[in-house]
Amino acid sequence: MPDTILGQPIDRIDGKAKVTGAARYAGDRRAEHPAFGVIVTSTVGRGTINKVDIKEAQAAPGVVLVMSHENAPAQAPFKHAGDRHARPKPQLNGARVHYYGEPVALVVADTFEQATAAARLVRVSYQTEMGAYDLAGNRRFAYTPAELVQGKPDSSLGDFDKGFAQGAQTVDATYTTPYQSHNPMELVASLAQWDGDRLTVHCATQLVDAAHHSIASTLRIPLENVEVISEFIGGGFGGKLPIYGDAILAALAARQLKRPVKVTLTRQQMFSVTTHRAATIQRVRLAAGTDGKLTAIAHEVMSQSARMDEFVESAAASTRSMYAAPNRLTRHRVVPLDMPVSDSMRAPGDAVGQLAIEQAMDELAYKLDLDPVELRLRNEPTEDPEKHVPYSTRKLVECLKRGAAEFGWDKRPSVPGTLKDGQWLVGFGVAAAIRGNYRRPATARVRMDENRHVTVEMDMTDIGTGSYTIFAQVAADALGVPIGQVTVKLGDSSYPQTPGSGGSFGAASCAPAVHDACMEIKKKLDAGQGPGNLQAEVKSAPGEEFKKFSQYSYGAHFAEVGVDTSTGEARLRRMLGVFDAGRIYNSKTARSQLVGGMIWGVGSALHENAVVDQRYGLFVNHDLAGYHVPVHADVPAVDAIMLAGFDGKSNEMGSKGVGELGICGAGAAVANAIYNACGVRIRDYPITPDKVLRGLMRPANLAQQR
Amino acid sequence: MRAFTYERPVDLAAALVAIGQPGARFLAGGTNLLDLMKVEAETPQHLVDVSRLPLDQISEENGGLRIGAMVTNTALAGDSHVREHYPVLARAVLNGASAQLRNQATTGGNLLQRTRCYYFYDPSTPCNKRAPGSGCSALQGYNRIHAILGASDACIAVHPSDMAVAMMALDAEVEVEAPHSHRRIKIADFHRLPGNTPQNDTILGAGELITAVILPPPPPGGQVYRKVRDRASYDFALVSVAAVVETDGERIRSARIALGGVAHKPWRALEAERQLAGVPLSDDALAAAGETAVKGAQGHGHNDFKIPLAARTVASALAEAAKQRKA
Repeated sequence: MPDTILGQPIDRIDGKAKVTGAARYAGDRRAEHPAFGVIVTSTVGRGTINKVDIKEAQAAPGVVLVMSHENAPAQAPFKHAGDRHARPKPQLNGARVHYYGEPVALVVADTFEQATAAARLVRVSYQTEMGAYDLAGNRRFAYTPAELVQGKPDSSLGDFDKGFAQGAQTVDATYTTPYQSHNPMELVASLAQWDGDRLTVHCATQLVDAAHHSIASTLRIPLENVEVISEFIGGGFGGKLPIYGDAILAALAARQLKRPVKVTLTRQQMFSVTTHRAATIQRVRLAAGTDGKLTAIAHEVMSQSARMDEFVESAAASTRSMYAAPNRLTRHRVVPLDMPVSDSMRAPGDAVGQLAIEQAMDELAYKLDLDPVELRLRNEPTEDPEKHVPYSTRKLVECLKRGAAEFGWDKRPSVPGTLKDGQWLVGFGVAAAIRGNYRRPATARVRMDENRHVTVEMDMTDIGTGSYTIFAQVAADALGVPIGQVTVKLGDSSYPQTPGSGGSFGAASCAPAVHDACMEIKKKLDAGQGPGNLQAEVKSAPGEEFKKFSQYSYGAHFAEVGVDTSTGEARLRRMLGVFDAGRIYNSKTARSQLVGGMIWGVGSALHENAVVDQRYGLFVNHDLAGYHVPVHADVPAVDAIMLAGFDGKSNEMGSKGVGELGICGAGAAVANAIYNACGVRIRDYPITPDKVLRGLMRPANLAQQR
Repeated sequence: MRAFTYERPVDLAAALVAIGQPGARFLAGGTNLLDLMKVEAETPQHLVDVSRLPLDQISEENGGLRIGAMVTNTALAGDSHVREHYPVLARAVLNGASAQLRNQATTGGNLLQRTRCYYFYDPSTPCNKRAPGSGCSALQGYNRIHAILGASDACIAVHPSDMAVAMMALDAEVEVEAPHSHRRIKIADFHRLPGNTPQNDTILGAGELITAVILPPPPPGGQVYRKVRDRASYDFALVSVAAVVETDGERIRSARIALGGVAHKPWRALEAERQLAGVPLSDDALAAAGETAVKGAQGHGHNDFKIPLAARTVASALAEAAKQRKA
């Protein structure tokens, strides 16, 4: 056992509060004499509201306010520029309808039930227009976005066409990924309360600071008059990066009614009022010599973007750093559609990008008659091939080798369709994982009282990841106190500013700040001060290391899948991921993050699909009966191994991002295992029984001939 | 959800009177009705809670079984007599929903659960089943989970029950009470095809209450329930098959085939059954029976795959049932 609590698999310190109901989520918050608001959403995908008839709703029992664009208070206008999560989010601010399921009215009543019933009585008439809802059908309207989070939308190196022509074997394949919805267990909810001109909003947000700015700027009130509290969050996954209509409408209604107002989205509304993962069409071209070395690699991405607000799904960004090849090309295009706003969802860009590129690598391996693990090993670069800088740390080779050994990769049937188990054909698949490593400035405040009890305060959030626990571990380790002597306070805009939870940067950004603040306390202790009444507030920020080094987390997934030969059902049998995420703060919560990501990858491969009714622009399967995620029976044995590591270029603590790494590549390993099992290659995710069955029924199918 | 009133009558007679109130509906486990009320696909004014009526017994009757309407799905699937003599029923029930839902859902309620068509659950879209005359959104819309047999232009929804498919293969009867009537309905006649009145799922009259399901003595032969779905559990059937096959080892003596997920009601493939009676057991014979079972099937685009899928699943389930050789 190491002598430090850092890295130890200790139980989350807020676990008991969560399982006993003591943890209060935004929707659990109570206030004196509250009113309840229910949002009414549009039932056309594009058009203009003619009239909002609120007579019937207004007369319904308990109703105290009905708000629509006809009577909503003035708010700051929507801005396309700036931090998209901190911008004004005006609600009910015009007659235009931008997508199906957009808020068009708010009904507030004395009880939630009354507001719910009355919301159905709001009659909205529309001038409906033809909308564009189909990604493939509107590809001619694709345009090049100005930039990605990761830099330029396009990149090239060498001469792709020439390099592609040189390949002894090539792959030129198009992969499609569907819309996905975050839909965390906790519904998006806000409770707003005014005390004079001061506003408190309890809401479910990953980014307290951004929410703080967004709410204050929308309402055009001073920042210091707003407090945002998000103490516990029941899952975020990117779906709670922005705030939504619930927060603004609750604040507007509470101000007008002079009483607290709570607004909670319905499960169905979560599909349209919040953001989603954009659908993509990705063309991947690979060429390699007989030696298995890539001569050319191209990854071109087209993704949906809401016509009202651009978001680019940067699916090819990590392809620029993944494999060695002299001739390279990446492109990102977006297609504006009259659909709800897309935004980041767990490993934005990378999750869907690797569904494509890691399946393409598998296809190339078969063409070369090369083990797909070996193909990846042969294309390991010595430096970042496009940035021409060294990697901070990169243990992809070790992930692949360790995973292959632990999984029993040598038992893989080299010819698809040859391993049978009763009615099942069994196959193995591998895929590599890469996820950008980010760090943002963060400030932590640490206090110590006369009993050596330590309190850590940041506006950072814990979205279920274990933030509370790991910061307690960091503080306990730095100050040499038992973890029970540390209290961590998060999720309040009155605490020091952090980037919040997103992009897997929370721990890597905040842990150094906590550590440094603790070290200042320690210095004071060493100088003979205290222990009571000690306080330190320290800002920690990334330096030049993110320019001087190529920074990513890595992994390798190994999946075993069974395919039912009569029905086309594909089921995961077991899965192993091996990951390189630098130093791990808590091997239990980190493992949960990785396994959770892998399971989401399984869902991306086999289940998840928010289907658009092309006539209306409606996400048609908008509840959890129709929108499938894996259940326990779908993930029988999923395990994650974390390689020991330390990346001092990422931050002084040595950690890299964990939260989004597990999903990257995971779905491709499942897809590749399906091919290995039955010889059916499905490039259109998710790989549902109908698609596999079609492949099995093809006369040329190898497995069926055996 | 609209405001409604609620009562819990003390006995059957009182329940049958209470249901006479305007806009009244029976409430049993509530696993479907309450969801539908939340989205206002159902808007009853009054709920008559029958969940605590003494209809929760399973008893042997004339060599068969009498299953009280309030027997929970969990109790039904766990009953030792059911497990031993009607394994197809136990398997079908366990293939439905989740453990939590099966603890709550009842036998009578399971028969009366309504379709899972997306449009039926979304009052912002037309649906003839929810709002008669408004049109069918699924016909030209997203219809991957919809019917391939017995549908109409008014409705292509499917019945979602697994339990009812097994009961169809077992020739169950549904016992129904009203204040001045008592009748038994063959399960094959209980649910109806949509025709021009898809708002009516069954032939139940106003105020009638299911009190029991009667199973005849168990049929000879091996019993199998095979459910094909997008994920491994907690999912409705794309196609399901209840198969009972009696063989002498070489020849098929008799076979029963019922399908779920393909029609507005549990679907019995009688012609395929007749085709198998007395023929030598072979893969070809079973595959042919599968083809016969989907004769006349019609896809609507997204659900075209269900036609070959149903045929293959019938063949596969028959083969598995024949292997059991239980006489």
